[in-house]
Amino acid sequence: MKIVIVGCGKIGTSILENLVGEGNDVVAIDISPSVIDEIGNVYDVMCVCGNGADTETLEEAGVSKAELFVAVTDSDELNMLACFVAEKMGAKHTIARIRKPEYNDKSLDFMSKQLNLTVSVNPEWMAARELFNILKLPAAVNIENFSGGNLEMVEIRLKQDSILDGLSLIELRRKYKAQYLVCAVQRGNEVYIPDGNFVLKSGDKIGVTASSVEIQKLLKMLNLVQKSARNVMILGASRISFYLAKRLINSGSNVVIIDNDEKVCKKFADELPEAVIICGDGAEQELLLEEGLGTTDAFVALTGKDELNILISIFASSQNVPKVISKVNRNELASMADKLGLDCIVSPKHIVSNLVARYARAIKNSQGANSIESLYKLMDGSVEALEFNVSKDFKGLKTPLKDLTLKPNILIAGIIRGRKSLIPGGNDEILSGDRVVVIVSGQRLLDLDDILR
Amino acid sequence: MNRKMVFYMFGRIGQIAALLLLLPAVVALIYSEYRQLWSFLIAVAISFVIGTVISSVCRTTNKVIYAKEGFAIVSLAWLCMSAVGALPFVLSGEVPSYVDAFFETVSGFTTTGASILPDVESMSYSMLFWRSFTHWVGGMGVLVFVMAIVSSMTDRSIHIMRAEMPGPVVGKLVPRGRDTAKILYLIYIVMTVVQIILLWAGDMNLFESIVHTFGSAGTGGFGIKSDSIGGYSSYSQIVIAVFMLLFGINFNLYFLIIIGRFKAVLKSTELWTYLGIAATAVCVITFNIHSIYGSIGESLKNAFFQTSSIITTTGYSSVDFNLWPSLSKAILMLLMCFGSCAGSTAGGLKISRVVILFKLILVEIKRMLHPRAVTSVKFEDKAVDKQTLNSVAVYFAVYILCIIATFLLVCFEPFGFESNFSAVIATFNNIGPGFGEVGPMGGFGNYTDFSKIVFSFSMLLGRLEIFPLIIALSPTTWQKSR
Repeated sequence: MKIVIVGCGKIGTSILENLVGEGNDVVAIDISPSVIDEIGNVYDVMCVCGNGADTETLEEAGVSKAELFVAVTDSDELNMLACFVAEKMGAKHTIARIRKPEYNDKSLDFMSKQLNLTVSVNPEWMAARELFNILKLPAAVNIENFSGGNLEMVEIRLKQDSILDGLSLIELRRKYKAQYLVCAVQRGNEVYIPDGNFVLKSGDKIGVTASSVEIQKLLKMLNLVQKSARNVMILGASRISFYLAKRLINSGSNVVIIDNDEKVCKKFADELPEAVIICGDGAEQELLLEEGLGTTDAFVALTGKDELNILISIFASSQNVPKVISKVNRNELASMADKLGLDCIVSPKHIVSNLVARYARAIKNSQGANSIESLYKLMDGSVEALEFNVSKDFKGLKTPLKDLTLKPNILIAGIIRGRKSLIPGGNDEILSGDRVVVIVSGQRLLDLDDILR
Repeated sequence: MNRKMVFYMFGRIGQIAALLLLLPAVVALIYSEYRQLWSFLIAVAISFVIGTVISSVCRTTNKVIYAKEGFAIVSLAWLCMSAVGALPFVLSGEVPSYVDAFFETVSGFTTTGASILPDVESMSYSMLFWRSFTHWVGGMGVLVFVMAIVSSMTDRSIHIMRAEMPGPVVGKLVPRGRDTAKILYLIYIVMTVVQIILLWAGDMNLFESIVHTFGSAGTGGFGIKSDSIGGYSSYSQIVIAVFMLLFGINFNLYFLIIIGRFKAVLKSTELWTYLGIAATAVCVITFNIHSIYGSIGESLKNAFFQTSSIITTTGYSSVDFNLWPSLSKAILMLLMCFGSCAGSTAGGLKISRVVILFKLILVEIKRMLHPRAVTSVKFEDKAVDKQTLNSVAVYFAVYILCIIATFLLVCFEPFGFESNFSAVIATFNNIGPGFGEVGPMGGFGNYTDFSKIVFSFSMLLGRLEIFPLIIALSPTTWQKSR
């Protein structure tokens, strides 16, 4: 499939890497020759240097034959214009990054319709939503919702001396009777799709699917439950901080935001009167302690510098803050942070690139009957969780799951039927109209039929 | 340096060499040349075994390569192909000395067409076929060929393409490197087939038309007659001349024609400069040699054939241009250095570099007149960035240096200034025949082994555009990474 990407910054590159890896023909456009040179050296893509809204540049990139057009430059206005022009020139689907709060209110619907956008993405808003979900359920490292929010996929880190240490999954199921499924385990750099004989160890990161009610039950049984964060300290007054603070305040939490830029602080104080805005250097440990780092429920590092976020998060962890989350955008730093003991890391660019990858796969699969409803990458991207709409043409319809011959490293983790979600056993069947959550590692699925041998 | 990946690729290329050597073996079978057949099969076995062993020993999961790995892979591949390709000549006894055979094969792969054979007409069919086939493979590039048929070698194949494809800037036609390689070869194959058919329709038999098409498609120039193309009809000569010119055009332009962007083709500065230079040269030479051939038609045909043959660095000849007046010879010498368009199968400096160099000179003069002037060099309607300008200027300097160095190395040969100098120019720019001793009716057979090796390297330097070979030969490139 042909895809054109305008803007090769952090987010653009991440999307590009994802899409090239999936085997698409990608054309990259950027205004800066040095950026485009580097992209051409590292990825197998065609590079065009120029303004992404210029018809000549777009023609050179062959936009008229593009199935998907993604505009993720710095400027919202350029993204919108580029998508508009590309759509008029024949691009089938367009995605624009629009992140200014003033565009992201009621006017967004109107504009998306006028510009014929397939979807607009706001990485900061999406990151804030994810952070908010984690803060509501602090025991988890990461939470993903499947459609309707009925079924959730939660990643949990097993602490030292966890009561699960040495338990096999069959024993676990016997011991804790709840509707859940352990569907992926990360141990060191290896990721497993476990079967019943798999034995858990301390330090593992496990992925669990269950409905939200059952998750709470399970966490309670495992003694992992933590109350949702009431007092949250946020470092850095960025766009993410703004969206996150707004959500937290609306749900009744207390928020402290620290930033050393006076102008930005003033602006935040104007717009978020309920929050405590501190103007000061967040790298100063004295200041953090003074503002109550010792008593806060959660600490979120959201400055623009990955390194700073990691270092201060380590300090916050050492002060026994129950939940520490850091924003880290660079892959190599994220894996290092993980080694340093910071397990909860949020990266806006990954959230967006997963979203774009899902759209790309859905477009590619538009002929296929079982369309993709959602796609998440788990365990640092090595495992995917996909939600498919089941059509009446699915080959494994009305067959008990134990009789389906699945390819290796594939697991059916959940079935959503109407408003009910169930964790499937061997005797359950997939019916047309269901939505099915599939966990897969090491391969790419385009259609539900692909899970069958 | 990712040595494992470099050697893995090296091994794969050994296997490809075996594959390519099977083709002349088939020809040997058709013409019942059993001694030649065995020599080809032995060469196939050797390169296949070595290639398979190396590539299985060096199999690696780390397929990340950077620019220097690209240079190293390309240089190793060309040396290896030439070394293996020389084996059948020696094994069959048709070229007894290995140095001679190596020279002949390098000359083939680099599309030079310089020959050491004293009597080409006594060679067997399969050897003649192999000689010309090396032109065809070398023209578009050995590794581009490998890229087209081996699936997903590495994501960073651009480093390999850049090291092998001639020209100051290498771009892709379509997003994926492998698809680009396939498109290039597809265009190449279609044009080759068309030329074979056109020649076959004339006075050449199938074997002759295939061999001569390979020679002109790769802009190589190995003939199978001692008077090159001179003995064939005017029709064949004109077909060959036209196709040589066509193969000297940037292949990207053909791709633009296929996808219907004619306007972009017509706006190409390089194309018009190339055709303009060729037309001017034809006119001047026609008038200059008019007195030799009498009729204007005959002189025009010969001038056109020779110009087309020399500017595309092919090296076929319809007459002995060594006997032409010195004005014509000087023009031909100039064309030898210019070469054709970037991204074609031809050698030389490349027209795009020549144009940029001239514009650079004008800008420099302007800057001397107006020391504070802000200048820009434009090419193909786009401003050329500083880095490209710099690399073009440096390339030219290194090009001159290499020619001087090669010339000094062969200067003790007893054939006089004109012969030695034109031999250096003819090998370095991948043309083939020069003037004097190495003129169209002569050859490189009388040079010493040392000079033949020097010329072999000069041909490789010219084909790979100097830097890949120099970088691959410098020890710092090969430092081991942990």
